[in-house]
Amino acid sequence: METVSSLILIFIGAALINNFVLHYFVGICPFLGVSRKIETAFGMGLAVTFVITIASILSWAFTYYILRPGAPLPVWVWQVMGGAEGATVDLSVLSYIMYIFVIASSVQFVEMYVRKFQPKLYTSFGVFLPLITTNCAILFACLEIMKHLQDPTRLWGLHEALALAIGGGIGFTIAISLMAGIREELDLADVPAALKGAGIALIVAGIMAMAFMGFTGVDRGVEQALAALIGR
Amino acid sequence: MSDQPTAAERFLNGILPENPVYRQLLGMCPTLAVTNGMKPAITMAGATAFVLIMSNIIVSLIRGLLKPHLRILVFTLTIATFVTIADRFLAAYMYDMSKQLGPYVPLIIVNCLIISRAEICASKQSLGTAVADAVGMSLGFALALASIATVREILGSGTWFGINVLGTGWPAWGIMVLPPGAFLTLGLLLGGAEWFGKRRSSRAQTG
Repeated sequence: METVSSLILIFIGAALINNFVLHYFVGICPFLGVSRKIETAFGMGLAVTFVITIASILSWAFTYYILRPGAPLPVWVWQVMGGAEGATVDLSVLSYIMYIFVIASSVQFVEMYVRKFQPKLYTSFGVFLPLITTNCAILFACLEIMKHLQDPTRLWGLHEALALAIGGGIGFTIAISLMAGIREELDLADVPAALKGAGIALIVAGIMAMAFMGFTGVDRGVEQALAALIGR
Repeated sequence: MSDQPTAAERFLNGILPENPVYRQLLGMCPTLAVTNGMKPAITMAGATAFVLIMSNIIVSLIRGLLKPHLRILVFTLTIATFVTIADRFLAAYMYDMSKQLGPYVPLIIVNCLIISRAEICASKQSLGTAVADAVGMSLGFALALASIATVREILGSGTWFGINVLGTGWPAWGIMVLPPGAFLTLGLLLGGAEWFGKRRSSRAQTG
């Protein structure tokens, strides 16, 4: 039960309290660029959630087995090659290059798969899929996972990485869909000429960020509620 | 390539007429995330400038070898290499700052500003022009970061570069150094820049 409640907390933290867009400012480009209509915004959100999940699984595996300090694979290779016993190999300097490779190729594979097997979904995703490669939210999720794989005594498992990735993706979907809803109404409003477009969108985002600050502390409440449930 | 801008034009364009943040809305994540104080903003601008200049140099040097379908991958890997160098450098010599900037240093890799300069300028023009373009764009980016950070730090904590400017009686507007302040400041500054630009162009037409 311990793990389940910690997973729920990671999920809520990524989706609401530390929302990727409104707290960490990652994924601002699609947040401002693709938030004119609710349908496209929701599609973008789903596409990002999908890619974030796949990229996180891959980068967790790469980090856990190869890149983190004290990872098993490089040490094994080192010993097979005839290196000294007990050597430690730290390849974390390669992480960024590896992650960008993982993200670019997983976007490529997802695109091929969706085009081949889900043509309907493909037409609704449209140009968003290739654009996702340069979406900072995905690299950010990989970096957060990497941060939790540095300390060998408290390593994140795949389930924790997945909770963070799916939470972050859903948080992104929530933020961009809300934004699109507001902007659809905003088209009818009388906005000062200079603020039209990005200006007013950023101010709306600021007010949304204030609203999302209200989620601070929700994690503690959920934690207590879960503890009470488990205790009973 | 006579229709391409010259080095001097590229340099000047980057600073104001094509300012990466105010005109092209590129590189928004660092613009919003690290501008709660002048020090992180300037460090970020320096790191971005290093990566932008180096990647423009490399891309311009290898522009004859680029294959169209692989060029984006080449750009990204070049940028990722220099970001790794910048990140290691910050971690070695400015440890506290590197901790404060956190994930935003590696996130320079996906800063659209750098990849767009590689695509628009460096992959088409000679070394000198590419360097001039990178320096101009970096200055424009630094200017934008500094302007936002100035507003946020002065209103949010009453200081500028950590030096107290508004006196001890200033009730710090906490919201300005928190995420909402970033969105509000950038939105209003963008509106201001737009309004200023429009007024100047209309005055030029009538006068």
